[in-house]
Amino acid sequence: MSNQGFMKALKCRECGREYPLAATHVCEFDFGPLEVAYDYDRIKKALTRESIESRAKTMWRYRELLPIAGEPTVGAQVGYTPLVKADRLAKRLGIRELWVKNDAVNYPTLSFKDRVVSVALSRARELGFTTAACASTGNLANSVAANAAAAGMETYVFIPSDLEQGKIINSLVYGANVIGIKGHYDEVNRLCAEIAGKYPWAFVNVNMRPYYAEGSKSMGFEIQEQLGWQIPKHTVVCMASGSLLTKIHKSYQEFSKLGITTDTGWKIHGAQATGCSPITSAQKAGLDFFKPVKPNTIAKSLAIGTPADGFYALKVMKETGGHGEDVTDDEIREGISLLAECEGIFAETAGGVTVGVAKKLIAQGKIPATDSAVLCITGNGLKTLDAVVGHVGEPREIRPSLREFESLLESAKTLAPA
Amino acid sequence: MPVAIRIPPTLRRYCDGADLLHVQPDTVAGAIDQLHRRFHGIRDRIVDETGKVRGSVLVYVNEEDIRFLQEQRTPLKPGDEVSIIPAFAGG
Repeated sequence: MSNQGFMKALKCRECGREYPLAATHVCEFDFGPLEVAYDYDRIKKALTRESIESRAKTMWRYRELLPIAGEPTVGAQVGYTPLVKADRLAKRLGIRELWVKNDAVNYPTLSFKDRVVSVALSRARELGFTTAACASTGNLANSVAANAAAAGMETYVFIPSDLEQGKIINSLVYGANVIGIKGHYDEVNRLCAEIAGKYPWAFVNVNMRPYYAEGSKSMGFEIQEQLGWQIPKHTVVCMASGSLLTKIHKSYQEFSKLGITTDTGWKIHGAQATGCSPITSAQKAGLDFFKPVKPNTIAKSLAIGTPADGFYALKVMKETGGHGEDVTDDEIREGISLLAECEGIFAETAGGVTVGVAKKLIAQGKIPATDSAVLCITGNGLKTLDAVVGHVGEPREIRPSLREFESLLESAKTLAPA
Repeated sequence: MPVAIRIPPTLRRYCDGADLLHVQPDTVAGAIDQLHRRFHGIRDRIVDETGKVRGSVLVYVNEEDIRFLQEQRTPLKPGDEVSIIPAFAGG
């Protein structure tokens, strides 16, 4: 290939063997995951705070560190979501300073997955693919369906058949072929690994995985820029496969290595639901390997019992001095309500996991009350209404009469007048 | 009836491009050994130097992860299907 952008090769994370920049994700020697290797010397000359600040406010302002050869052809508007200073939530959780990176409003499908999909599909088109596919717990399916539709690609998305209604509709509406599998995500993924071996499709999280996964770094680049070119002391990230956590860490490493930010030490903490906590259970037990589990949690977007990046996520937590913690379904709902009531942000169940775990880590002193932390919110609550319906109260109904309203006001002490 | 082993694309160049092979072992470990005897080099792709299935490899017997069964000692009977696939990414 003549034009590789700033990429050098695909490289095995286990043995370091190099491969061409094709649609392949596994080392032929030891099955280790392949990762994109970059030409950092060239990137250092092209990417500075000034060059970044001169560009449009999308994730592509960091394009030298994203693995496509040319200009993005899918998802050119994605990213640069708000980093919200969450003073009211900080007070409730008992910490000096708290920030919420709000990918619940990422464009166009309201989750961080638009970041990874725009990279994977831009790269897929460079490699000549016309069909996009994925195995998904919901958000990824939505993002592949929407972004592939806008790019005129044919789409097949594979999901567990018991997903939340919102996530199913949000894939169907774009005209995608939605295949519901009678099983949990790990079973969907196993089937997709076999389908990907047979059909010439760009499976964003199978054969396109090395490119796809790098898209997550943009969330970390944005956090650093939005904090005034600083690396946060503490970052709390929810984990399904564990990939996002490792890529946030990599974004801090890359910016500090390139001199864009300064390495003042950071800790990355991992959050899971108790009903699917293979990674945090291993972290708490001091193990560097995890035991697979059969998921059972309302946080369906995090329900991966055999996390591919679990080993690497454990390593990042260990190396940075971060911690892992998990929360029950009730604590997840409490986390959703806390974030909504304090900051006006309605996150999906995975966000409830992140908030709930942050609350625990602060209470345990593992995130000191005198420090500052960033919470990564990855998806929108409107897609997981099923998880909270019946738990957030009911509207009070009256006839259109002022007398009835005032009598309601009188009786309902919680309903304060404006 | 022998045991069917589904070969992932990554390993096909070690076995003349085959995507499905048949062996007659008693256990998963025996299946890997029999594959190795026919296609030298394939075993070391699946297991590490201690003989354990690599962390980045998943082995399924009839759609169940062998880590929920008896790992490499999981018994096999005629007609069973074994799948060897790379670990999953998120979604």
